[in-house]
This record gives sequence, structure tokens and C-alpha cells, in this order.
Amino acid sequence: MPRVLVDVMLKPEILDPQGSAILGALSRLGFTGVHSIRQGKHFELEVSDPVDEARLRELADTLLANSVIEEFTLRVLPR
Amino acid sequence: MKIGVVTFPGSLDDRDAQRAVRLAGGEPVALWHGDEDLRGVEAVILPGGFSYGDYLRCGAIARFAPVMQSIIDRAGQGLPVLGICNGFQILCESHLLPGALTRNVHLHFRNRDQLLRVENASTEWTGAFEPDAEIVVPVKNGEGCFVAAPGELDRLEGEGRVVVRYAGGNPNGSVRDIAGICNERGNVVGLMPHPEHAVETLTGPSTDGLGFFTSVLTAAVS
Repeated sequence: MPRVLVDVMLKPEILDPQGSAILGALSRLGFTGVHSIRQGKHFELEVSDPVDEARLRELADTLLANSVIEEFTLRVLPR
Repeated sequence: MKIGVVTFPGSLDDRDAQRAVRLAGGEPVALWHGDEDLRGVEAVILPGGFSYGDYLRCGAIARFAPVMQSIIDRAGQGLPVLGICNGFQILCESHLLPGALTRNVHLHFRNRDQLLRVENASTEWTGAFEPDAEIVVPVKNGEGCFVAAPGELDRLEGEGRVVVRYAGGNPNGSVRDIAGICNERGNVVGLMPHPEHAVETLTGPSTDGLGFFTSVLTAAVS
């Protein structure tokens, strides 16, 4: 069964307080050299063959991501 | 006047909203998320809580509930709709209102009595207030930080669609201290603070919240 990966990230201009909190924790733990962290969501879908990528994009745009604040990338894994 | 209050799985404040409607002189009607039928109501309240566990994004799944399809259709025809807290999040996810609610900038859940300024007293839900009235109602949210594109914000401000603004401190980092907004027509209003928790002196910090519920009754009569 084909697998599809969707990554959803906040748009660059939207503040990500969770990423900032993780960055703060890293520096307290002594992990240096990290300048920025953005936290996002990762979805793994198993879909019917043949893959309809346009329909999958519609799915991601309708539910998985909120286009007001987020953007997504979609990858169909090679079998 | 019948005012519907929707219960989603995870709604918390539906009973308080029904009670506020009753105290204002209206007849509350319980609406169920899975039922498209609006049962003849003349206005709808989407209450606070954590619909569908806030899974995916706050309001993202509730937005596709059968009852919401009916509400979205009727809102376009002028049905008064008030979204409180999670209800506001659902209205933004439904694109009935612009923008989105995101994680509070300080990452803390904020629960306190909040001073607000009513900047638009001509919506269906705020007509009972004097313009620029200052009111105190509880605010309680973890994802109440309002964001929108700069152009959208300028449009909201220019059209007088910022309905309530935080005064005396911003509890969640909302851009331009925005606490609540409305659509172009003024029949759809969303706000993060909870007017339904400020309708009786016994349990609330004031009775200032009652004005939201009396406004829609007055609007229906006139």
C-alpha cells in the first residue's frame, strides 16, 4: 500500500512559542550551537493505489493544515 | 426567542451558556453536533471547551460536524452566531471569521478576570453596550493568541470589526490586543473571554457578560 508523508509547519511569520521553549531548554542542558527550532506536525498516510496526488493535496489543505497559519509539504514514498 | 447552544464532544460551557440565555430572557435550545437540524432557533452559540479533545488543532474537527454545515449556511443568510473561546476557534476554522487562534505566547494556560473594552457596540451580540464600555469577564485559555495577516488586521480595524479588545493587560499575546471580532455583516461574533461566566454576582466577577445575550434578544425584537 502506498505511503504518503505530510509535514505541517507554522508559516515563518507566525510565532512558535513551543519551538522557542525547546530552544531555551537545549541551552540550559548545555547543547550549544542551535540557533532556532520550529515545531511542526508529521502525518503518515497509507492510501489506495493508484495515488491521486491532487486529491491528497486537497485533503491536506482541507483538514491537516490551516492555510491561515500553516503550510504543508507532501511526499509520496517510492514503493 | 429560541437560542441554540451546540454541544460537541468535549464542550464544557454549554450549560453555562444555556443558563446565560435563560437569565437574559431567552429560551435555550440544546443542539447536538451530530444533528444537522437547528430546531427552529433564531440564533446559535458555540460554547467553550475542548471539542473533539482539541485534536489536530482547536476547532479543526468540530468545524466539519454535521451541525456546523447548517450553521455555516445559515450564518451566510444572517443567522446571529456567537462563538466563545473554543467556539471562536471553530468560527475561525470554519472561515466564518478571519485569522486563527494559536498557542499563548507564554505557553501558560491563563485563567483570570479580564478587563475588556467593547469597541463595536453595533453587532447583533453587543448592541446592549455603550460604545467603548469597559467590562470585566473571565478569560481562560491556553490557545487564545489571535493572529492574522497584517493586511487582514488593517481591514478588521478599518471596518470597525474589532468587537472587544483586552484592556489592563493582554492575557495571551493576541496581536493588537484583539479579544474578539465579527464578520462584515456583524451577525457572527467570536471572542476568547467568557461572557457566560459573568451573568450572576454569586458566581461571576460581574454581570457584564449578560449584555451579549440581551443584545441578540433586543436585535430580534427590533
